[in-house]
Amino acid sequence: MKLLENKNIIVTGSCRGIGLATSQLFAQHGANLWLNGRDELALQTLSAKLTSQFKNNNHVCCFDVSVYDQVKNGFQSLFKQCKKLDVLVNNAGILDDALIGMVSQKQIAHTFSTNTYSVLYCSQYAQRLMIRNGGGSIINLASIVGVNGNAGQSVYAASKAAIIGATLSLSKELASANIRVNAIAPGFIDTDMARSIGDELYLQRVDSIAMKRVGKAQDIANTALYLASDLSSYVTGQVIGVDGGMLI
Amino acid sequence: MKTINDIFAESLDIPLADVTDDLSYQAIAQWDSTAHMVLIGAIENHYDIMMDTDDIIDMSSVAKAKKIIKKYQQ
Repeated sequence: MKLLENKNIIVTGSCRGIGLATSQLFAQHGANLWLNGRDELALQTLSAKLTSQFKNNNHVCCFDVSVYDQVKNGFQSLFKQCKKLDVLVNNAGILDDALIGMVSQKQIAHTFSTNTYSVLYCSQYAQRLMIRNGGGSIINLASIVGVNGNAGQSVYAASKAAIIGATLSLSKELASANIRVNAIAPGFIDTDMARSIGDELYLQRVDSIAMKRVGKAQDIANTALYLASDLSSYVTGQVIGVDGGMLI
Repeated sequence: MKTINDIFAESLDIPLADVTDDLSYQAIAQWDSTAHMVLIGAIENHYDIMMDTDDIIDMSSVAKAKKIIKKYQQ
């Protein structure tokens, strides 16, 4: 059964990691996809690949989610193409670990622009397209670190905790418009971003997971599929941990 | 053909006669922030446009709304 047929969906940061797995799964389920990222060639390649493999409709939507004017133009372009939007997956994000005493102002600004401001920018425009269509679903990628915190990740954790605050508030603000807003809080997931932390820390993290395995991007994509589909039509304002029982 | 004034009257649930160019945001109880977003949705649907957030914030009177809508129709 295809769960996302006739749904117009934009996935930010769709070329790698969780964004890529989510895009693939959504394409498999018949979504009309708008693939977002900053590398137009990579987006075109992905779009062609998904179209060939799953026969769904794919579109390239190249803009930087951390730049307000680019987000505005991106969503206005999407409006001209399709008039309605059903699902927004706010996935794009960066990880830049450092102890608080060694974090530059530039790192803080960059992390918040990419991880947090982008969610507010995209949600602001997306909800307006959803309201016109009678509802929708906004899915924000938070993190277990945004819930529990972690040494050496104060900036990243703060940027992700802010996403949870935005999720809870937006879910209340937009419920009357039939727009559901939920967050997924992944644990330790096997992506380029996770592997960038170094071998020793990587093994420590795996050891802290009750299920004793690193999560897969597919595990997150499966939850995103549930939240994007009508299976979750009465679910809003939730932060769903997908972490294999990880302890921090 | 529906006019901008008609859209204001319907969205704010007020008599058409009360919709004048100098009617301003939050001057009446019916035009609060929630109604403002309903009004924006109705205007966008009617004119098939998507406004900038700055214009939504700037739409502080009926006269201002007319000026902003004209910009999108050019």
